[in-house]
Amino acid sequence: MAEQLLSLDDLAVHFKVGSMLAGGIKTLKAVDGVTLDVKPGECLGLVGESGCGKSTLALAIMGLLLPTQGRIHVGGQRISGDTPPDRMEMARTVQMVFQDPYASLNPRQTVRRTLADPLHLHGVGDKAEVEARVIDMMAKVGLRPEHADRYPHEFSGGQRQRIGIARALILKPKLVICDEPVSALDVSIRAQIINLLLELKDEMGLAYIMISHDLGVVEHVSDRVAVMYLGRIVEQGGWQEIFEDPRHPYTRALIAAIPDPFHRAAATVAGAKAKGEIASALNPPPGCHFNPRCPMKADLCTAEVPLLEAVAPGHLAACHFRDRII
Amino acid sequence: MTTPLLKVDDLRIALAGDGITYNAVEGVSFEIGRGEAFGLVGESGCGKSITALSVMGLLRRPLSLGGGRIVLDGEEIQDASAAEMRRLRGKRIAMIFQEPMTALNPLSPVGRQIAEMFVLHQGASWREAMDRAEEALRQVRVPSPERRIRDYPHQLSGGMRQRVMIAIALACGPDLLIADEPTTALDVTVQAEIIDLMAELCAAKGTAILMISHDLGLVANMCNRVAVMYAGRIIESQVADAIFATPSHPYTRGLIDSLPRLGERARHGRQRLTEISGVVPSIQAYPAGCRFNPRCPAVTDICRTIVPEATSLPADGLVRCHHHG
Repeated sequence: MAEQLLSLDDLAVHFKVGSMLAGGIKTLKAVDGVTLDVKPGECLGLVGESGCGKSTLALAIMGLLLPTQGRIHVGGQRISGDTPPDRMEMARTVQMVFQDPYASLNPRQTVRRTLADPLHLHGVGDKAEVEARVIDMMAKVGLRPEHADRYPHEFSGGQRQRIGIARALILKPKLVICDEPVSALDVSIRAQIINLLLELKDEMGLAYIMISHDLGVVEHVSDRVAVMYLGRIVEQGGWQEIFEDPRHPYTRALIAAIPDPFHRAAATVAGAKAKGEIASALNPPPGCHFNPRCPMKADLCTAEVPLLEAVAPGHLAACHFRDRII
Repeated sequence: MTTPLLKVDDLRIALAGDGITYNAVEGVSFEIGRGEAFGLVGESGCGKSITALSVMGLLRRPLSLGGGRIVLDGEEIQDASAAEMRRLRGKRIAMIFQEPMTALNPLSPVGRQIAEMFVLHQGASWREAMDRAEEALRQVRVPSPERRIRDYPHQLSGGMRQRVMIAIALACGPDLLIADEPTTALDVTVQAEIIDLMAELCAAKGTAILMISHDLGLVANMCNRVAVMYAGRIIESQVADAIFATPSHPYTRGLIDSLPRLGERARHGRQRLTEISGVVPSIQAYPAGCRFNPRCPAVTDICRTIVPEATSLPADGLVRCHHHG
């Protein structure tokens, strides 16, 4: 079996919320028992709606939140609840590209400073080398050398996202978490950034975790896809299996919810749509978390939590009726 | 030909800048028939939202109506007084917004906010209006409406709030519902439900829809006809099916080709996405001639100097491009 770059083993991140005075302290299970691998050079698409725990999962992988339970192995480091990671080592291994390039760049730093600071911090002392690496990285993301002394407000949204990508890649990480990297951008700019991310992945041998709610983007870039719902992975598999043979009703609902003008008939797959809204993570429904919205709900679904089990090698679904083909 | 419900003719919206006045929208014309769903698509800053606000009579400084006519059911309303517009808004034209939390009053229970519509526009008593508010909530499929009418907006989820907005907008059975990015702030599975609900209620009541969105796919699914805006102008308008099958403007083609589509990779393998080069121009620096010319793959000299006239396409479509086809 190929060496994993990242492996999550029964990872859970819980938060205590509320106060003793106001209704008591509750546990919010943002991530609840996630087991997942990413190989070097692979792109894992992570799909789910707001509140499903994607961002908490990303922060845990970055080493910014400690696991409540379980372990994270990333690039030779082992993180668990009582062994926090070495931040410097983590920064050279995992980096992140954020959704909003307006909010995630320091408005008072020039592009040069934004890109050179990490190099200084990580002991690249030689001035000429820092400069060379900054200019080289800018060229890689499609910025010109004269952009180096400009501030973020002088750039358009697409160019700012290029700066954000350059900052993430300047330390040559092995894994980059892209958190909705194009959803804040103008529609006509998105293709430029997606193409750039894919080129850089091949050129630098990067692995990505691509977090997005845009299934078109996820299908386009991913090698494998994991679908999250209320803190748990409900389905994972190769991109083709997830999109052509989805076995979890939630995955089917996500696909059915995409307005597809080219295949109108398919867009209204009868019975595939989910009803109602996502339950609160503070008070998830018993059994399968998706059961109140599920068109296939049976008694078993409220009584027992379905395990994430294989329907085919490498294709797993957490549904009691994973073998029922629709 | 019957008179359209809404006719917008040569609309110009002025934006007062530092001593200079820019045209944020110019030469925008379209018609919406009774019960028709019409989509206005474009990127942020293209002028689609302010076009909608002008129909509502809600343009505020530094924006103002610079010219053109807005005709609702045969009656010109572009110069209507504030009092006249107040009578129209809510009763004949209603609007729902992207972010329901900021559009609802946080200090008032949602039932009261719906009931207000019946009191203000139909002279109902508050007691009667509250009963009808409960019924309106039931129609937008809010579970246990008898309890929910007493809830404040913060007690509801995003999808529920948008349902309340729809209930308010449709309370008085308006002729036209303007929906400005109604589902952009919502999760995808909730989005699908809200769109279905809106389409269903409007179809049942014969309400026309002006749907504004950046999502061409969403609009084409819901609307009969679609107009695409770029930098303050309508550059193409066609029947919804035709706009995907035979897009005529290079910008429309670019938008359609640049989006990764579900199923595409399985059919053809992963191909590099077609990019639209450059960026959307800012209003201070709209290029001369066709405003898309700096980004256009088919640009020639004429595009840089002369604004393209509208050319007719089959089935009432039109395109503004010197080299369309």
